[in-house]
Amino acid sequence: MLGAIFDLSNPAHIVHWHVFEMSVSNLIVICLMFVVFALASLLPLPGAGRRQAAREKAIQR
Amino acid sequence: MSVAATPPKSPAPGPTPSKSSAPNGTPAKRSWTVRTREAGVAALPPEKLLPDGQPTYVASWIYVFGVATLAALVVIVGSGMILALKGPAWWHFTGVGHFFNSIHLWAVELFFFTMVVHLWGKYWMAAWRGGRARVWMTGAVTFLIAVPAALTGYVSQQNFDAQWISTQAKDAMNSIGAGAFFNVTNFGQMYSWHILLFPIAVVGLVSAHVLLVRRHGVVPPMDVARTTKATP
Repeated sequence: MLGAIFDLSNPAHIVHWHVFEMSVSNLIVICLMFVVFALASLLPLPGAGRRQAAREKAIQR
Repeated sequence: MSVAATPPKSPAPGPTPSKSSAPNGTPAKRSWTVRTREAGVAALPPEKLLPDGQPTYVASWIYVFGVATLAALVVIVGSGMILALKGPAWWHFTGVGHFFNSIHLWAVELFFFTMVVHLWGKYWMAAWRGGRARVWMTGAVTFLIAVPAALTGYVSQQNFDAQWISTQAKDAMNSIGAGAFFNVTNFGQMYSWHILLFPIAVVGLVSAHVLLVRRHGVVPPMDVARTTKATP
C-alpha cells in the first residue's frame, strides 16, 4: 500500500493562539480557500474578453 | 297537495362526461396533474430551465464555484453508491474499496472547499438581491445540512478515527439536547443517516437551489444591477 506523503503516526501539529486552536492542516486549507477566492475575484476567465467584444459588436450591428 | 313522483334519472347513454370539462369544452375543474404542469411551466418555462446562454458577467471565475460544487456532489453520490453496495467494511480490506473510499473522501473535501468559496462569492455580491431570498436560503440550509452529513460519514468509518470523533461529538450533541435521538456512538443509526436521510436532504435542497437559480437567473454583479436600474 502506498504510504502517505506526511508521516501520520505522530500527533497533529496544532496552532494555539489565545482561544483560537486549530490543526495546521485545517489552517492551510482555510488559507488556500482565501487565496482561491482572491484569485477567482481578480483573474479574468480565459475568453471572457473575446466574448464581451463579440457581444458588443453584435449589439452595434 | 299532491306531489308527482319523478322517476329517477337514468344515466345518459354513451361515455360518461369528464368532470374536468364543461359543456363548451373548456376545463371547468382541472385535475391536479394539469394544475401541477401549468404551475411548473409558468414558474420555469423551458427556455429558462435550459437556457441557450448566460449573461456576459457570468464569464468570471467566481461564478465557476457553484457548478464545481455540483460536480463534486455528483462524484460524492456516485462513489457513495458504490461504497453502499459493498458495505461499510469493504474499504478496509480491498484496494479497490480503499480507492473508492478515497474518491469519496476527496470529493467531500472538494465539495466543501468549492461550496465555501461559492458562499463567500455570493455573500459579497449580496446574492439575495432581486427576489432571490429563497435561492440564498436554500444554499445556506444546504451548507448547514451538509456538515452533519459529513460528520455521520466520519463516524461511519469503522476505525479508531471514527471512535474518537464519535466520542468527542457525543458531548456536543448532548449539550444541545440532541443526543437522545441522534446518538453518534450508534453506528447503525449514523450509517442510516449518512447514506439515506442526509443525502436525500442535500440532493433535494441542491435541486431546489438550482431550479430557483434557473427561475430567477444568476445574480448580476452590483455595478451591472445599478446600471440596469439607472437605464430607463
